[in-house]
Amino acid sequence: MPSRKQKKKLGEERLQRIIDLCRSIEERGIDPFIVDVEDVIAVVQEYFPEWELPEEFCLDAEAIHQLASIIKLQSDWVRRRSTSLYTDPFLLEEKIRRTGKEEFANLFLKAWHPIVELEQISYHSLAEAIKYWQNLLPLSERWMKFVSLKKETGTVTREELIRQKILAEKVFSEDLERLWEELKQRVGEQGKVLYWDFIGADTYSETLKRAYMTSFLVTYGYATLEVHRLEEEMFLKPFEKSKSLLGEKQLVSIPVSVSFEEWIRWKESKRG
Amino acid sequence: MKRKSYYARKIKRAVHLLFYKRHKKPGVKGWELKKQLGADYPKVLNILDNFLEKLDLQIKTVFEVEKPAEKPTLEELNRARFYVTLRGGLAPKEAKLCGWRIDDIAGLAMSISYIISKKGRASREEVEELLRSKLPGWRVDLNMNRYIRSGYLAEDENKQLYLDWRTRAEVDQNVLVNLLLEAES
Repeated sequence: MPSRKQKKKLGEERLQRIIDLCRSIEERGIDPFIVDVEDVIAVVQEYFPEWELPEEFCLDAEAIHQLASIIKLQSDWVRRRSTSLYTDPFLLEEKIRRTGKEEFANLFLKAWHPIVELEQISYHSLAEAIKYWQNLLPLSERWMKFVSLKKETGTVTREELIRQKILAEKVFSEDLERLWEELKQRVGEQGKVLYWDFIGADTYSETLKRAYMTSFLVTYGYATLEVHRLEEEMFLKPFEKSKSLLGEKQLVSIPVSVSFEEWIRWKESKRG
Repeated sequence: MKRKSYYARKIKRAVHLLFYKRHKKPGVKGWELKKQLGADYPKVLNILDNFLEKLDLQIKTVFEVEKPAEKPTLEELNRARFYVTLRGGLAPKEAKLCGWRIDDIAGLAMSISYIISKKGRASREEVEELLRSKLPGWRVDLNMNRYIRSGYLAEDENKQLYLDWRTRAEVDQNVLVNLLLEAES
């Protein structure tokens, strides 16, 4: 026969296990019916006469509270099954796996009714615009900054690569011309190629080298970048003749991340 | 005549409120419409909806919790959000013009259907694994973030995905599930 102290300890442990179980069901979306509500109530009832301290009553209340959440999940489940939206999840999942992507997209278009929305200037955006305009430096100062930044980038990174023996100074222009020719050959009828499809190589270091060289192709006017922001895609379009854009109009800097993770993803997509 | 001009005025005001985005999210709350159009705004919206039908548009009501089984009460309508959406569907070419590739649409359709099949909640890992079986792997993460950013899906701190406000407003979930089950594949 266990002593009262032992029984209380055992009761606390059992209530804590119930609380943990209910919490994990709620957080992970597991089937709520694995909890036998009657069993849990029996446990709570069995140990209730033993509680004396406020903390013990709090634990008891927490167990009841968690149990109520599980009952709510169970009731949601029953209600969902009784609605017209309910279909066998396994059947639906199987259909999802077996339907081709084009068919899927066409099905979806029949059930998709996009919102019509027009964006317009508001008081808030006007205030933001005025603030931006007031803080904007004169054009002459901005141009000075831009030019110096551009020179700095070109010189420093290239020297760094030469120092690391990735590039030899003499062959740089030849390499650039060779890459330009390759780009011209790689573009299809559309006259453009996906950025990653062009810079991507078998090794990550080779990919970095190609990305680096490609940035010069764009900067020196051998090619241009076409960015489709909505589709989150970027294309390279070679020019037949190199066009120097320096001084003609304000150039735009486009930061492109060529991380190891992105390279891995690209490799996997090529394999797939 | 007086009555006719009264509603014509209200309809114009309703068009301004519904078409132009005034908050971060599009659409207007029922209580805002009530404030601007008066207590008979459901009637104004009804007339406007009939008018929009000719333009293949509709007024969509998204209730705060679930669509009431019976006729919604004024209180439920006040708490609901109203949008103007396309009444019919989009052709694949039109969808492309909206900036969506077939891959993006298929990915969104799969994610939404999968979450429906999992009773409204699924882990991001599972959904991404499913998408990887159909789409180029490197696009999966990008696309998933786009769906979340646009309000189609929501993600909580436990990396669980849910259907978000835009899916509730734009996607007829019943039709999607039925079409999928009827598909011959």
